[in-house]
Amino acid sequence: MDWSPILISMKTASLSIFVTFFLGIFSAWAVIRLEHPAWKAFWDGLLTLPLVLPPTVAGFFLLYLFGVKGPVGKFFLDFFSVKIAFSWPATVLAAVTMSFPLMYRSARGAFEQVNPDLVAAARTLGMGEWEIFRNVILANAVPGVVSGGVLAFARGLGEFGATSMIAGNIAGKTRTLPMAVYSEVAAGNMEAAWMYVAVIVFIAFASVMVMNGAAWKAEGGKRRGK
Amino acid sequence: MENETGGFCLEADIKKQLKSFRLELSFQAGGGCLGILGPSGCGKSMTLKSIAGIVTPDSGSIILRNGESRRVLYDSRTGRNERPQARKVGYLFQNYALFPNMTVEENIAAGVRGRERRKKTGEMLERFGLVGLEKRYPLQLSGGQQQRVALARIMAYEPDVILLDEPFSAMDTHLREKLRLELQKILKEYGGVSVLVTHDRDEAYQLCRNMVLMDQGKAMAAGDTRELFQNPVTCKAARFTGCKNISRIRRTGEHTLQALDWGGLELFADRPIGDGITAVGIRAHDFEPLSQGEADRWKEREDGNLIPVREPSVSEMPFEWYVTLENGLWWKTEKSIHAHSAGEVIPPWLRIPPSALILLTGEPE
Repeated sequence: MDWSPILISMKTASLSIFVTFFLGIFSAWAVIRLEHPAWKAFWDGLLTLPLVLPPTVAGFFLLYLFGVKGPVGKFFLDFFSVKIAFSWPATVLAAVTMSFPLMYRSARGAFEQVNPDLVAAARTLGMGEWEIFRNVILANAVPGVVSGGVLAFARGLGEFGATSMIAGNIAGKTRTLPMAVYSEVAAGNMEAAWMYVAVIVFIAFASVMVMNGAAWKAEGGKRRGK
Repeated sequence: MENETGGFCLEADIKKQLKSFRLELSFQAGGGCLGILGPSGCGKSMTLKSIAGIVTPDSGSIILRNGESRRVLYDSRTGRNERPQARKVGYLFQNYALFPNMTVEENIAAGVRGRERRKKTGEMLERFGLVGLEKRYPLQLSGGQQQRVALARIMAYEPDVILLDEPFSAMDTHLREKLRLELQKILKEYGGVSVLVTHDRDEAYQLCRNMVLMDQGKAMAAGDTRELFQNPVTCKAARFTGCKNISRIRRTGEHTLQALDWGGLELFADRPIGDGITAVGIRAHDFEPLSQGEADRWKEREDGNLIPVREPSVSEMPFEWYVTLENGLWWKTEKSIHAHSAGEVIPPWLRIPPSALILLTGEPE
């Protein structure tokens, strides 16, 4: 059995959730701070787009932007001699793009659930906006942010459509677990496919357990014991 | 309103279009707590939020004076609008708005900067009787403790103005009375401006030296609390200050009137009845019970103001009888908790002292 898809997937999912997590939180904060409802709706729509587009269409845009002839891809090739499309970073790029909306939307929802009086109280106590975000908004939105992170992680792990467009299915290089399942089934190796499927199911289930555990812990400490 | 302490004075003039009415309120608050009394949804909270900078009015100005110095918090003409962080205005929220992720100690320290932080937090814990609760989270505290933490947090911040938004509405009655006394003490010691918003008459009377009566975004009456309760001037204000009996009148002489809503009752006032007077009010506690013999002595006098008690309907409260007369007048009289029979307290006659008549303008509802 070839272990490389498991390794590649773990690497891709880990790096992409790291990027998505902070990017999603930051975007959510930026959007809730917009005052004009039209701008809010516009940015929200743009940032949610990858979630509602077919993954191949999102991948198509990525390919257009990051391909060797695309504006961003050409820039990287000319100035850093780095080819993004059909290389390992492309799997991260695809995973980040596709998992980002889940992180962004969960974080935004969690931030908006925080009682606005808390923010107002913090302001009247002289706390700065960044301090308020960290110590009041984010700190009271932990369960929602964690669950968004886990959903985004799982989404990144399972990324298939956009990955196949921008990263391809190169064994030992860009072949992630979902790609490996597809390839093995296409080649008629059901037993190998079962192995990969089992690994994916295990990781996915474990993620949800982590999510529930974290939410339980975040809530519990402040309520238990009088 | 003169600010006799020579300390802080807040001048607010706030105009803001709300959903169903327009908020247009201007007032001054200086020494002693200013109360804004009005029904829920009359724009009271919006007024406080404007002062704190949580919402921005459409126009107007909010200025804080201290002796010679003058600080503009908001002025629509110059476009000045200080951030809430820079206003030094403390706000006690209805539900206290304690940070649930922080301990009592951390909550109190939230508004304190610099080296004094530890020391000041410790002082506040001591002063507000919170020693021993430092490491608790707000959700582990009782309502009264939560309010004390919220007050300690505001006081540690040392604001020039404190705004209290219905501070007792989320509390049980018995706790409320105790905490009102606590707050009264805190407000007395506080050197800045304090403004309290409430729909509770007793609360406003107990805690506020001056008062604004507010309805639908407008001030109906303003002034010294005791004077306002004694002479509310308009029917609406009388109703707000808890006057149970209000009737339209017909003037029959310089001092005499006929109460149209109380079966044409003839009454004598100790003051001349002015042209603008359209109604009369009598507080439910202001009647004097008279025996037949006592009533006979008043009968022939023009300032008698006697009312025969016929077919009264009586309702028992723990410490009071509520008596409703045939003509619709309400009389409240004290009773012992041990007494349960109204028979002996119902007199044959009631008398209204001429000084107890409240002469009012406007239409009773």
